Amino acid sequence: MEIFTLLGFGEKGWGVLILTGMALTLCVTLASLAIGAVIGAIIAAAKLSNRWWARALGTAYTTIFRGVPELLIIYLIYFGGSSAVTAIGQAMGIQGFLGMPSFLAGALAVGLISAAYQAEVYRGAYRAIPKGEIEAASSIGMPPMRCLRRIILPQILRFAIPGLNNVWQLSLKDSALISVTGLAELMRTTQVAAGSTRQYFMFYIVGGLLYLVLTSFSERVFNSAERRSNKSMPRGMGQV
Amino acid sequence: MSATPRLSVRNIRKSFGAHEVLRGISLDAHDGDVISVLGASGSGKSTFLRCINLLETADDGDIVVNGEEITMKTTSHGRSAASRKQLDRIRTNLGMVFQSFNLWSHMTILENIIEGPVHVQKRPRAECVAEAEALLEKVGIADRKDYYPAHLSGGQKQRAAIARSLAMKPKVILFDEPTSALDPELVGEVLRVMRDLAAEKMTMLVVTHEMGFARNVSNRVIFMREGQIDCDGTPQDMFGGKGSPYFQQFIRHMETENDAA
Repeated sequence: MEIFTLLGFGEKGWGVLILTGMALTLCVTLASLAIGAVIGAIIAAAKLSNRWWARALGTAYTTIFRGVPELLIIYLIYFGGSSAVTAIGQAMGIQGFLGMPSFLAGALAVGLISAAYQAEVYRGAYRAIPKGEIEAASSIGMPPMRCLRRIILPQILRFAIPGLNNVWQLSLKDSALISVTGLAELMRTTQVAAGSTRQYFMFYIVGGLLYLVLTSFSERVFNSAERRSNKSMPRGMGQV
Repeated sequence: MSATPRLSVRNIRKSFGAHEVLRGISLDAHDGDVISVLGASGSGKSTFLRCINLLETADDGDIVVNGEEITMKTTSHGRSAASRKQLDRIRTNLGMVFQSFNLWSHMTILENIIEGPVHVQKRPRAECVAEAEALLEKVGIADRKDYYPAHLSGGQKQRAAIARSLAMKPKVILFDEPTSALDPELVGEVLRVMRDLAAEKMTMLVVTHEMGFARNVSNRVIFMREGQIDCDGTPQDMFGGKGSPYFQQFIRHMETENDAA
């Protein structure tokens, strides 16, 4: 069977490369989720601030990164970043084109987009915390930073899990666009395999199935996290 | 009485925009006083209570807790406590029980109660847990300590909230309409806990619509009207016909409301 040879782990098989690509997709998405969490939290805080300029900056960020095509952001970071690196190289006396590491560029680009969506998730989660619970903390003399750590953040995380599941799946699919920078993640590897063997149908279907494996696996992880965090919710809400 | 009042409020004023909600309110609460604050909705009684622990900041006036005045400052953003540290320290002496309970929903009842003692007062956890269990026993919900607030009835939640406030060992407890959000059949269990506290000489300031509590448990009744103290006195005097005409009208109105319900 030719199919098994092509997909196998033998000399002619693409198995190892494709699984490596899948692992790389997972890694680059995890990295972008982490980058997006940090930036997203800052943007959410800005949008919740009572300073008008902070709110304006936050709104500008989410408007831009949700309103511009993902591919454009990736090109911007990769090629923009590379020309910056090249310019720095030239200043240091290194001639020629210096590429920005494609993993870094990809994680950064998808992370910046993810941050815009995560910011909305965190903002909504903060809004879902009853204001009275924060007043109750103030009323026993809990300092603001401790209230943030003890009362606000745990509840933001709880309310954010379903939204983060969404963002994670979006980022996982956005990461396929990083293939344009030549990073050998799942999409790129599938493309190369399909092109060089001319088995387009087979490799793209396998690639698609592997994306589904990633998304349905992460769906399970998020669902169990959601169930665990819902043990404090009223009966019938989120309990399975 | 010459002893320092547990709580002394002097000439509190507060406006929301052009609307003046509190127009100069003063009050002293001595050790063991149980003061009921009555008034029609909109008379400013909840705002008054919230100004005492600075959940709302009064535009003018002083708050003195146990002889220590909360220092205030005025900046371009308005008036606020001069020192958050001092405010937080004073707040540990001022318990507050809310109409909507405001238990922390991600913590069990026991965790709610030890939160302040452990994470604000920094007392040893084991000691706090033992005290919390005794408090839960006292308010009658010891068997609910590992439940989350969402799984309790309103009356149980409010009793847990009272236990949470007691765990800080406050000098004064402020009650902001503690039974107004409860189903009628659950009001009694909360009032019983409050009556026990009164009997133990806890200093309490209670904004309420419960005429029975005001009449039978408190030792002083204050009637607020249009942001001012309209009249005040002992429950015997106030309910015995010595209150102002407005107060007479108010209790007649409350009684017909109760009869209708």
